[in-house]
Amino acid sequence: MNPANYVYLSALLFSLGAFGVLVRRNAIVVFMCVELMLNACNLAFVSFARIHGNLDGQVIAFFVMVVAAAEVVVGLAIIMTIFRTRRSASVDEANLLKY
Amino acid sequence: MSMLLAAVATSGNTGETIVFWVCAIVAVGGALGMLLSHKAVHSALFIAATMISLAVLYVSQSAPFLGMTQVVVYTGAVMMLFLFVLMIVGVDSSDSLVETIRGQRAAAIVFALAFAALLIAGIGSATYTAVGLDKANTVDGGNVQGIAHLIFGRYVFAFEVTSALLITAALGAMVLAHRERHTPRPTQRQLSEERVRSGHAQNLPGPGVYARHNAVGTPAMLPDGTPTDRSVPEPLRGVSAVVGIDSEDTARVNALAAGGSVVPSAEEGSES
Repeated sequence: MNPANYVYLSALLFSLGAFGVLVRRNAIVVFMCVELMLNACNLAFVSFARIHGNLDGQVIAFFVMVVAAAEVVVGLAIIMTIFRTRRSASVDEANLLKY
Repeated sequence: MSMLLAAVATSGNTGETIVFWVCAIVAVGGALGMLLSHKAVHSALFIAATMISLAVLYVSQSAPFLGMTQVVVYTGAVMMLFLFVLMIVGVDSSDSLVETIRGQRAAAIVFALAFAALLIAGIGSATYTAVGLDKANTVDGGNVQGIAHLIFGRYVFAFEVTSALLITAALGAMVLAHRERHTPRPTQRQLSEERVRSGHAQNLPGPGVYARHNAVGTPAMLPDGTPTDRSVPEPLRGVSAVVGIDSEDTARVNALAAGGSVVPSAEEGSES
């Protein structure tokens, strides 16, 4: 089993997440795509930890998970606040700072 | 027993290959499902499948601690938070498919394909000599002990900063989600007086209970046979979750009320 396969898989998942961020309009789904990209990075970190034979990559993946949890909490609170004032969760509607 | 263990150890490679391919297909399928599904709730469930298969991949890459953390943090906490917010924002919040920037979707497809090709070409041109984690996992007596040694040793400062980050995030979420009450909370007396004054002192009608549907989204029928919106809980009003009453059912009930036969007629009986 070539360990590069895991890295290929993480590259594929990262590209899918980036595509979703660009295409989807619902802010919550965009957020899920960001989570997918973070997960893909974690998979690459764990694979590189195995390739190099030390645990540093796993520790970094652990820290990424902690940061992602904090980011989700704040991001979802922001989405809820925007939804309360504008009754919409679409990223196209929040254009108050545009003009 | 030792022979069995040796057999498992030698066949571990093919076992890992099978696990990898099954989980990779589930992960990519979940990611595609998240991208393509119309409703946000379906997207959340698809990405939960992706995260669980990633946890399995972590465990098969001799990272059992991270695999368990992935299940607890992502599928346990993060996805439940997503689902809670989806319930608050509204389960019907689906994407509009109108492009606000012309050609954005095509450009995004081109960008994603080019980006994936770039990454895969870069990964393909590198050489990998896998050392494996068997030695690193046994130095401190296990994977968890090894990670603890690193977190509380070399990375202890980053770990402390993480605690500050988590406290800040919790406070920020509380501040953002908090809503100040500008009017005093109405007392029970005021509420009951208001209800009497409104002319509807009695309870609102309950949701409809019929032979085929009895969910809360099913409207009750008024005496004249029309469904009433007031019987449905407020968040469900006017969304797709409200199940209409089958016209076939009402026709059958009307036929029964008009004195029709309860036993189905001969041709209907032969069908079933």
